[in-house]
This record gives sequence, C-alpha cells and structure tokens, in this order.
Amino acid sequence: MTDKAQYQVQQAPFYQPQKNEVALYEAAYRNRLPVMVKGPTGCGKSRFVEYMAWKLGKPLITVACNEDMTASDLVGRYLLEANGTRWIDGPLTTAARIGAICYLDEIVEARQDTTVVIHPLTDHRRTLPLDKKGELIHAHPDFQLVISYNPGYQTLMKDLKQSTKQRFTAFDFDYPDAALEARIVAQETGADEAVAARLVKIGGVARALKGHGLDEGVSTRLLVYAATLIKDGVAPTDACRMALVRPITDDADIRETLDHAIDATFA
Amino acid sequence: MTETEYRHPLMAAYWTRLDTRFAQVEAVFDDLVAEALAVLTPEGFAAYLEAGRVIGKLGRGVEPMLAFMEEWPSAAKAVGESALPSVMALIQRMQKSPNGRAIAPFLQTVASVAKRLQSQELLQDYLDVTLDFMERTTGSIHGHHTTFPSPGLPEFLAQAPALLHQLSLAGLKNWVEYGIRNYRTHPERQKDYFGLQSADARAVLQRERHGTLLADVERKLDLYLRGLWRDHDHLVPYSTAFDEIRKPVPYYDKLGIRVPDVYDDLVVAADTGGEPVRIRGLDRYRAVLAHIVGHRRWSEAQIADNWSPFQRMAVEFFEDCRIETLLIREYPGLGPLFLALHPKPSADACDPETTSCLRHRLAMLSRALLDPGHGYVDADLLDAVQRFHAVMAQGESSTQEMASLALSYVARTRRASDQFAKIHFADTVVDYRDDNRQLWKFIEEGDEEEAFDAQRKIEPGEEIRGLPPRHYPEWDYGSQTYRPDWVSVYEALHPAGNAADIDRLLAKHGALAKQLKKLLDLLKPQDKVRIRYQEEGSELDLDVAIRSLIDFKSGATPDPRINMSHRTSGRDIAVMLLLDLSESLNEKAPGSGQTILELSQEAVSLLAWAIEKLGDPFAIAGFHSNTRHDVRYLHVKGYGEHWNDEVKARLAAMEAGYSTRMGAAMRHAGHYLAARRADKKLMLVLTDGRPSDVDAHDERLLVEDARQAVKELEQDDIFTYCISLDARADEYVGDIFGRQYTVVDRVERLPEKLPALFMALTK
Repeated sequence: MTDKAQYQVQQAPFYQPQKNEVALYEAAYRNRLPVMVKGPTGCGKSRFVEYMAWKLGKPLITVACNEDMTASDLVGRYLLEANGTRWIDGPLTTAARIGAICYLDEIVEARQDTTVVIHPLTDHRRTLPLDKKGELIHAHPDFQLVISYNPGYQTLMKDLKQSTKQRFTAFDFDYPDAALEARIVAQETGADEAVAARLVKIGGVARALKGHGLDEGVSTRLLVYAATLIKDGVAPTDACRMALVRPITDDADIRETLDHAIDATFA
Repeated sequence: MTETEYRHPLMAAYWTRLDTRFAQVEAVFDDLVAEALAVLTPEGFAAYLEAGRVIGKLGRGVEPMLAFMEEWPSAAKAVGESALPSVMALIQRMQKSPNGRAIAPFLQTVASVAKRLQSQELLQDYLDVTLDFMERTTGSIHGHHTTFPSPGLPEFLAQAPALLHQLSLAGLKNWVEYGIRNYRTHPERQKDYFGLQSADARAVLQRERHGTLLADVERKLDLYLRGLWRDHDHLVPYSTAFDEIRKPVPYYDKLGIRVPDVYDDLVVAADTGGEPVRIRGLDRYRAVLAHIVGHRRWSEAQIADNWSPFQRMAVEFFEDCRIETLLIREYPGLGPLFLALHPKPSADACDPETTSCLRHRLAMLSRALLDPGHGYVDADLLDAVQRFHAVMAQGESSTQEMASLALSYVARTRRASDQFAKIHFADTVVDYRDDNRQLWKFIEEGDEEEAFDAQRKIEPGEEIRGLPPRHYPEWDYGSQTYRPDWVSVYEALHPAGNAADIDRLLAKHGALAKQLKKLLDLLKPQDKVRIRYQEEGSELDLDVAIRSLIDFKSGATPDPRINMSHRTSGRDIAVMLLLDLSESLNEKAPGSGQTILELSQEAVSLLAWAIEKLGDPFAIAGFHSNTRHDVRYLHVKGYGEHWNDEVKARLAAMEAGYSTRMGAAMRHAGHYLAARRADKKLMLVLTDGRPSDVDAHDERLLVEDARQAVKELEQDDIFTYCISLDARADEYVGDIFGRQYTVVDRVERLPEKLPALFMALTK
C-alpha cells in the first residue's frame, strides 16, 4: 500500500480567501463533487487547492498535465522486471485507492483523449476501470477530483470538451482587488504594505494592457517574486523590471511603458 | 544717376566700383551700403562690392544682383564674411550650367539659410547639397552635355529656409536624396516634390524631422494611456511645422486628443545647478497626456459667461495645478517631470509699471503650487499656496473650489497695469498643458448640434449574372422567430484585377513576412501522432513490449514490433475568411494615408500567404448588401484553389460599397464550411462596423440576426471569430460573438495583427 502520509500537506499554506470560496469548496467536498478551478495564471488556483487539502486534512496528489501525457501516465502501467512484469499505479489510481484529492493542474494541456479517462470517476459511478489489469477500482470515499484550467488562452485547440466540462462544479478565480492583493503580497513575503501596494499598482498597469499586446497581465505570483526581491535588498525599480516586466513581454513598446510605470511609481 | 542729385563722394566711388546701370539697385544703394558698412569689415565690404559687380555682369537681369546686395550682409553676419568665396563658386557653377535661372532664388534665401545654420561649415554643407542636387537633376543627352535646367532647383531653393527650420542638414540631405531618386526623370513631379506640393514630399519631410515623432511613439503612448491611466482616445497630431505665428497648443475634444506631431528633446538647467536635465520627447508627450487625462478625470466644466478673461485664466492655472497635484499623488514620478517642464519665472522679471504682469504672477504661482522649493517671497502668493494646500489636503477638491480660490487671488492681486496692452509672456507658457477649452461652457453660444446628413451612396445596382439566388431566413428578435427565406444571397466569382498589385503589397511587407515565416515554422508540427508496432522506432512502446515479453515467457512467438515512433500529422483545420466589403471600408484609416480597404487587402494577402504555407484548406469571400433582396457573396478564393495569380487578381480588384448584412453572409459561408471534412472549422469575420442595411431601420435587428447566425454555426461545430476594425465595436460585437472577437484599434497595424491572430487561434 502506498504511503499515504507523503501526500499529506504538512504545513498550513497561506491562503487569503477572496469571497466565500472556502465554504463552497467544503460543501462540494462533503458531497464529493468534482471541482474545476478556472482563472488566469498565478492567481492562486493551486494554492487554494493545497490550502483546502490541508484544511480538510486529506492527502493531495498533484499532476501537472502536458501534451505528452498519455492515459497510462494517469492510470498506471506494467513495468518490466527480471522475471516478469509488475503493475504500478498512476497518480489517479493511487488517489482513488487511498482517498486523496487528485489535482490535475492545467488540464487543457493534456491531450483530449487522455482526459476522457477521468470521466467514470466524476459521475455517480466513482469507479476507475483498469482495463489492462482487469481491475475495477471503486474510489475510496474520501477521493475527490479537482482540475484547473486557464480559459485565457484564446485558441480553438485548447478547450475542454463539453462532455468534460459538464462533470464539474466550478470556481472562477481572478486576481484579487488591489487592497486585498497588496495584503496578500505583504503577508506572503513580509514586505512592507506600502511597497506591496505600489507593486499591485504596477500589476494593474500591466493587466490593463491585456489584449493590447499582452496575453496575460502580471500575476499575483510575479508580484510576490518582486516583493521577495525587494525584501532581499534589491532596488525596487530593478526588482520590478526583473520580476514583473522581463518575464511577461518581449514587446519593446510595452516594456518601455511598464518601465515608465515603475519609475513613475517608485520615484 | 540724375545730375541734380547730390551724392557723397565716397558713395559715388562705391557706386563706380559696383559698375552697374540698374536703376533698381541705385534706388536702394545708399541704404544697402550703410547696412553693409555696419556689418562688414573693410576687406569684406570690398569683396561684397566686387561680388555684386560680378553678379551684375552675369547677364541675368537685376534680380540676382539686387538679392545679393540685400541679403549678403545679414548672411555674413550669421556665418562670417569668409563664406563669400564658396557662395560665389556655387554661383559660377550655376552660371556655367543651364541653371542660371536658379541664381536669384538661391541668393534670395541664402541669408535666411545662413541665419538658420549659424555656422560656416554647415553653410558649406548646404552649398554642397545644392550643388549635388543641381548636377544630378540637370538634364543631359547621351550623358555628355548638360542641356536642360534642373526643374526642381528653383523650387528647392525657395523652400530651403522653411525646410531647414524643421530638418537637420542630415535630414535635408535625405529629403533631397529621396526626391532626386524618385523624380529625377520626371520634371513635373520633381517640381511638385521640391515645392513641397506633393504628398510624399510632406511625408518624407515628416519622417526626417528631428525630435520624437508622434508616429514613432504612438503605440507607446497608447499603451501609456491604457496601462497607467485606463483611458483611451485617438491621438491626432497637429503640425507644428507650418504655423509659425500662432503656436497650436494641445487640446482634446470628442474626436480625440490633439498633440503636436513632433517634440524635440528638451534640455533644461537643473534646479540645483548641476548637470542639465534632458527630457526626452516621449516624456514630453507623456506629460501632455497625463495632464489631459487629469482634466478628463477630475475637471468639471464651468460656466464661463460671468467671468472676465483674467479670472478665467486664473481659474485655469489653479485647476491645472490641482489636477497635476492629483496626478503626482497617483504616480510620484510625474512630479520631477512636470517641474522640469514647468517654467520658473524669476520674481522680478516683469515690471508692473509698464507691462501687464498677470501672466507672470500666475505662472509664478503655478510654479509655487507644484514646487515646494520655489523660493518666492510675495505674501499674497504664499498665502494662496498655503490655502491651496489646505484645500488639497482634504482630498481631491473640485474645479468649483479652485475657481473660488482663483477669484479671490485675482481680486487681491489686481493691478491697474494688468490692462496694459504690453503683456509679459516670457517664461509663462507651460507647454505641456492643454488649452483648457473643455473647462468652459458658454451659455450664450448655445449648443446646437452640428447637422450633418448621413451620406449614403446608392449606385444603381448592376445586373448580377450567374447563379440564381439562395434564400436564407433571418432572425426576428422581436418575435423570436425566423423570417423564412427572407434574404436573397447572390453569389458570384469576384471580378479579377491585376495580380501584381498584391505581389507588390506582399513585397512591401517583406520584413513582416519573414517574421511570420519564423512563427509558421514553429507552428507547423502540430499534432504528434504515435505510430505503434514498429520494429525500429525512436522509443520503446512499453505496453507492446510487455505483451511480447509475456508471449515470449509463455512460449508463444513474440511480436518483434515493440517500438514506436512519432510523426507530425497535418493540421486539420478548415478556414473561411469572410470579408465585409461595405461602403465604410473606403474611409481613410485614422493615422494613415490608406483606406481601410487597402489595409484589409494587405492583411488578407499576408494571411492568405501564411495559411498557404501552413497548408490548411482555406477560402476567402467578401460580402455586401443592398437590402435583403440583394446580398452579394463574392468568392475570392475557393478551397480547391491555391494562392495563385488568379486569386491574387480577384483580391486586387476588391471594391467596397453598400451595407453589411452579416447574418446572411455568415450563413452562406457556413454552409460551405460545414461541407468541409475537418476536425476544426474556423470562420474569421473581418468587419469594420455593426451589421446594418438600408432597409433595416431597427439597428438591433441585424445585430441580433448575426448573433443568431453565430449560434447556428456553433451548432454545426464552426468556431466563428470576429476581427473588428471599429473602435466603438465594444458596444455590440460582444453581443454577437460572445468572447470570440478582437478589436484592432490601430487599423494600420492590421496587416501584422491578422496573421498573428490566426496563428494564435489555431496554435
């Protein structure tokens, strides 16, 4: 049997609720409803799931999805051994067995045929057939499936199938409002509130340019990076350039505008 | 010389030395000599007379001589009299060539040019440019003899001072070079160009100007407005080049924000007396925009009728300072910028006994309101500053409050001399501030709207030959039903034009095409497909291998094909590009000399080229409508065709007219797309306005119909995506297309935007 303890979230993650999402998640978990967390990158989706796992005291198994992932990467496969083969569970199977919260991060990155394997786990059946092994797993009563995705990518290739979407309850996340975000940045890094507020202001500038040359604005995560650098003694203007501007754009005009915003804010 | 008139013997001697009989010269000779003697050294004066004599003997009439006699002393004053030999050398060259006619214009402007250049080296450069110009544009037959005069030279010489006012010498050289290169063999065009009559002469002039051109930084400023201020408007340049007397000032109205077309970098002495500060043109633009945004955010128009011009001016100064204080609160970095651009009038620069000092007082006050280290000591001023800060400490304050502060300040500091005609202007103009026209409303003038007649051109419809119409229903949102067979769509092959036009457009965007190609290469390997059951492959296929092993262990013959490899499969996307060809496409895109139609042609050509490279099946069609009985659907490219000359010819012939009945066209395009076998079907709709038609009086009707069409297409698994060129599209495009749209707000960037957008959509 897999060691359950290794999946337990040990330390309380810092999570600042924006609205009533904690209570709603708890209700979903009580009824073991599958949950989908939508929102732009770096707005706290993964942190939220981690926090909820900790709060509910359940193990959490996270899978970062990617294009090359196949169904057997999720479910499990036979491995060769000296005198035969051995079945090894994939993360989804493990979670279903031990009663963990299975978190499939950025689900749209996975190939669409891969995502279909989660379907039987997400409806009333709550089973996972391992056809290669000839086993039907009935999910542990504590098991829950959570997926996240970023609807910001405007492309017709990367979208969830309706049949997948309609199996989940959903949270729509967004960047928190300025005051709250400043508090989050300050709490997370121990930076001074005034600095955090200025960082958030610059973040706002970048977010306002979304769609005008920027695909995504500056995420809360990047703001935290910037605050961390400042806390470490880096000059604020340099820290912002490094953490907020350079990562998100190569467009010279946008870069210059953001640099100007930084200078104007930290003058 | 008339016998009776007395002439000073010295003057008479000079006159003899000049050795001329021109009566016009004689009439002004005394004055000329007096002026020349004041400026020139004795040697210089002798050379001046001698040169005058030579020019008089050229046989070109009185004009060149008179021009020289009048102009040279001031030219010599500007660049030194030692420049004379090189000027004379050029005149000799002109004389020997067929360009003698140009000597007069040359001499008439040489003084202004010299004054502008202020150095002998630069003047020499100018002479070289002129000589080079002359030699290259003077006509020759068989390359031996120069026989025809240069057509553009006199024009050029006449324009030279104005040109140098805006261009550096290097810029002038480029401008001349452009003209010579393009119009050497075309005398009439050459004249137009060098006389600044042709459009490209002005365009090239604009490009070569010194300083920061609005056109170059427009996007940055747009991003600045959006990003830092959540504001957006058209930036409309006004020219600072041709208006010498009244300098235009930035302002804004409902058509956009007016800013100068160019700002030079500004070097100002630092407050602390250290290194002078250099303010980039871009930052000057930003200061203007920030100031205007401040007005838009916080200012409230006041009724002006009851206030005197002085009172209004004071209110404006106070209000400007209020909004700038608020702006600085928002972004502290603006403080140093404003202060650097704000004049710092010295306290005693204006004499109140002789001059109206109101402007001066207000400029000082304005400085003091913004600059804590102003150093003025006037009691009224300090009191006003203190009251201003007290009000601002409460919050944002208001235009009203500023007005009452301003009125009491004006009342307190009024002087009789404020009425004087002589007004102190020096150091009182804050050039990043707008003219505050939005701050005032006048009751008396009334606010009648501008009446304009919507002009709609309805040409007599030409007979459409070809297929019988197809009928489509239209959605009536009022009754939530379809009107069956309501719209007649006539389809036809688009008439053909000249394919070379499109090739030329593509060549124009060569650099962009190269960039796109890089992106395309990245895009091509779309779907990785595993090929299993390979004896040799790139990877072990674990599942098959295990099966083989089990077979092997259990004594059966194992399958040796235990490897797999990858292959990149083709993309399976069918694309339909639907172009709105309504009348409004004939409008000029703001900020560009091209019509929207031309820009669309360029964009579509690039996109078609790109999609052809990708190999996706792709069709292009255009549509317009003239009532529901006549919706025309014009095929430009079919799925079966390649991006070849025939297609290009059709694209080249694209014309705009009539209206936009979008729903019917989308349904018709949809039926073609639905017939394709492809995993993904994408319909791109390129439009510049809301769906409308002459027979649809309810403007929501066709919007709702288009929305319904999008829903129908969705049911057929067709993904529709709209690219709107209408700046006001946000009002309705979301209603039609949901989230599947982009508004391209800088239409002139469409050619690069469209292919990029397509790739992003299908990545």
